[in-house]
Amino acid sequence: MSARIVRMGLAALLVAAAAAATAADAGRTPRPAIVVEQGEKCVAPAEEMRREHMNMLKHHRDRTVHEGIRTTQHSLKGCVDCHASKKNGAVIGTSEHFCQGCHEYASVKLDCWECHTPKARNDGKVASGNKP
Amino acid sequence: MSEKEQESGKAGRRGFIGASIAGLATLALAPGVRLIEIGNARPADEAASSTHRWGMLIDTNKCAKGCNACATACNLENGLVQTGRPRTDAQWIRKVELRDKRTGATQQMPLMCQHCEHPPCVDVCPTGASFKRADGIVLVDRHICIGCRYCMMACPYKARSFVHEPLTEQKPDVPRGKGCVESCTLCVHRVDRGETPACVEACAAEGHKALLFGDLKDANSEIAKRLKTEASTELRANLQLNTGVRYQGI
Repeated sequence: MSARIVRMGLAALLVAAAAAATAADAGRTPRPAIVVEQGEKCVAPAEEMRREHMNMLKHHRDRTVHEGIRTTQHSLKGCVDCHASKKNGAVIGTSEHFCQGCHEYASVKLDCWECHTPKARNDGKVASGNKP
Repeated sequence: MSEKEQESGKAGRRGFIGASIAGLATLALAPGVRLIEIGNARPADEAASSTHRWGMLIDTNKCAKGCNACATACNLENGLVQTGRPRTDAQWIRKVELRDKRTGATQQMPLMCQHCEHPPCVDVCPTGASFKRADGIVLVDRHICIGCRYCMMACPYKARSFVHEPLTEQKPDVPRGKGCVESCTLCVHRVDRGETPACVEACAAEGHKALLFGDLKDANSEIAKRLKTEASTELRANLQLNTGVRYQGI
């Protein structure tokens, strides 16, 4: 008996979720306000990138670090070069920045930039060294 | 040269530059003697293979007193900024002075990761973050490193550093961050492009040419030829680590 109630509850939740999704399409749900400044298309369709970019990066990072394979298709440097904001040349900084904006929206911690530079390699003006 | 240019036009800019330099070097010198040893860069999609083993031969007689060009170049290339707190600053290569207590004679040499064939750092690493690449370069995978520093204790050369402070402004090719152990990578990002490590380049630019980089497994490489004909030694040879970096004159 109680199992049935739970099941009905879940069904009700699903209906509610579906309704929320419809509402999102109608523009009632806030969306991340990221600004894409350059690049006509990414290495894969946007839907695939949203779901799979972390797996692509993880796969590529292992191949690069351990095997020395340095193809540019799924390279983090490539992501940064294309998605960096023209304001500060980086992919993080404000909620409008490509990585930060979406990750803030999804409330997912972003670890890459603790080691990798979030700045694009524009005309060799990438700053060197660390600030203590 | 013009034929060469046309041929390599399709192969992209790097291929073209490499081909032109190779052409120039072959033209400039006698057969078999090349001005610049071109490390044939493998294609970007090809994995590093055990048909190569990268190594270095260091002639301490050519290493000049007071010269720190190798360390400076290393810091610049890898974005290691000295904060003025040398006990915790990262140091991938350092100059060491050897002094004979009886005679007082001194010798200089650079010391860095020796890229052992049997690296103790790899043996002790509890997570598999320390590893040896197929071509003999010993590296730390910072994604896996937990910063336990066991490898630093195991290394007989004190070659490794720990990053104690949060960093910003890293080099795109050399990601580094707080909480990981790091050491000389033989400038792996440059080697993968077919270039030589920054220290070797800087030493040659200073006119000392104390450092020679090359493929130990390629019998035709300058380093293999010299190792075959001239005496050289490993540091702490008694440990039988078969280091990729060898020294002359000590």
